[in-house]
Amino acid sequence: MILDVRDVSFRYNSRPVLEGVTFSLGRNELLAILGPNGVGKTTLLKCLNGILHPATGTINVEEKDLLRMKKLEIARDLAYVAQQEQGGRLTAFDAILLGRRPHITWKVGREDIRKVDAIIRTLGLEHLSLRHLDEMSGGELQKVCIARALVQEPKVLLLDEPTSSLDLKNQQEILSIIRHIVTGHGMAAVMTMHDINSALRFADRVVFLKGGRVFAVAGLEEITPAMVREVYGIPVVIEKVQGYPVVVPVQPDKATPGV
Amino acid sequence: MHLEEGTIPAGYVKYIRTKILLLLLGLVLLFILAVLSIATGPVSYRPVEVLRTLFMGHVSRQLDVVVFNIRLPQVLAAVLAGAGLSVAGAVMQSVLGNPLGSPFTLGISQAAAFGAAFSVMALGSGFMQSAASDAITVVRPGMTTALAFAAAMAATGVVIVIARLRRGSPEVMILAGVAMGSLCSAATMFLQYFADDVQLAAMVFWTFGDLSRAGWREIGIISLVTGFCSLYFAFNSWNYNAIDAGDETAAGLGVNVRMVRFLGMSLASLVTAVIISFVGVIGFVGLVCPHMVRRLIGDDNRYLIPGSIIMGSILLLAADTAARTMIAPNVLPVAILTSFVGAPMFLYLLVRGYRR
Repeated sequence: MILDVRDVSFRYNSRPVLEGVTFSLGRNELLAILGPNGVGKTTLLKCLNGILHPATGTINVEEKDLLRMKKLEIARDLAYVAQQEQGGRLTAFDAILLGRRPHITWKVGREDIRKVDAIIRTLGLEHLSLRHLDEMSGGELQKVCIARALVQEPKVLLLDEPTSSLDLKNQQEILSIIRHIVTGHGMAAVMTMHDINSALRFADRVVFLKGGRVFAVAGLEEITPAMVREVYGIPVVIEKVQGYPVVVPVQPDKATPGV
Repeated sequence: MHLEEGTIPAGYVKYIRTKILLLLLGLVLLFILAVLSIATGPVSYRPVEVLRTLFMGHVSRQLDVVVFNIRLPQVLAAVLAGAGLSVAGAVMQSVLGNPLGSPFTLGISQAAAFGAAFSVMALGSGFMQSAASDAITVVRPGMTTALAFAAAMAATGVVIVIARLRRGSPEVMILAGVAMGSLCSAATMFLQYFADDVQLAAMVFWTFGDLSRAGWREIGIISLVTGFCSLYFAFNSWNYNAIDAGDETAAGLGVNVRMVRFLGMSLASLVTAVIISFVGVIGFVGLVCPHMVRRLIGDDNRYLIPGSIIMGSILLLAADTAARTMIAPNVLPVAILTSFVGAPMFLYLLVRGYRR
């Protein structure tokens, strides 16, 4: 068990957003959080990273209580990739080097620079390393952000809609990268998503949120059309295309209830 | 996915060296400019004589007096004020994530002007023109300075408290600053409307920034505050880089965003208030210099902060030297020149489409 979330609730002022959210995550596991807009996916992710403080509940990272950890300690265990990054006039190399910030205080060491270079090679970003962020495409920028999160050497990677502004090819590329990293390096990752089909293709398990609560935690084979209909409020069928489950919305009268 | 072995890439080393080289070049330029500035004036000297007076002791009694009592203080005041205003602007722009962050937009300058006007009106301090020496003498200068400083810090305090109430959001800080600035301007105009000729002249004259006002004691205070705050800013350049990438990303990297923003704003305002209250309002240095440096060496705060310090010094020193010599023997207040140069430059940035 690398991440254990138990009974987490969160309120904005007095409006409840999350109620009793519970799930856990093992090593090498990629978890997708799905649910309609405004259900609290991003809020949950921010709670996991200590950006927001839950009103009740516990979050443990490898048996350590996240709510008692200092910001820097959290940043050494969990890396967060925000949904929208502002790209300034900073080279990709320096932007990725920023990921070493939780580990350095005053001066960048040779070791930090070597680690950045290693991640750049691993992700094949050599051609970008001296380009400025404001000259990059959305896909390139997202790769840089992921590289920065990886150079943090976290145990858990948190990604807020990592593919929301990307085209089909870049979506596939980014998700494959995340999938490979999680499998290959004993890490775990939680990502919020809108695209249910990408989640079914790349994640190991799915958490469905509905009305601020966990509606279901399901492995890929356990997801049913009824479940999806309950969460999103529209009828769907699930077909297999080349071995991958694909969720297809359908006309209300054509859906077979309960399938 | 297999993790590759990392090395220190040669391209990156070269890229960093270029930036450091640019900074060193700026320093050399600043030094040359300073020597030339000391050498020029109503009586000009050869730069060699100035260098010998500065570093190798006595050349002539006249040179000693001119260099150490008149020109060196003014040059140092220009260098320090330029550095302080510029670095304060750079930090405000970074922590607020807004290209308009500067002492002007946040109402600090207007508040200082109000404090000075109030001191002239209500407490009878001010400036008097003495016909004999054709120089401007200051009546109770300490009072004007103290009140300008108090007003500037009070305005900053209000802006920061409002922003704290609204969870330190940058937009609120800018808007609150604009509101405070306009409030202070209105209050100053109110005082000016009821002032007599001499008072009005004193008020208006105070708002023309003039670096010759600073003596050795003022220079000591300015350098202490600017030096301390610059060190703090340089120490936080990683945090500012993180905030540049977005508040959430910064928080994810372990940065206490609200605290960094609060301290950055407070210290930047302190530097500004100290400088403005000693030398008067000097516009556009804080806004324009950081933008120029951003164009030259990028947004990386590790280089932007020292770069802004150097660029601010160069610019204000150049402007001050020009202001002293352009219509000699008359001296133009330097603030007029900085705004003349600064405003078109700012418009150019606006038209070209600027980044932070």
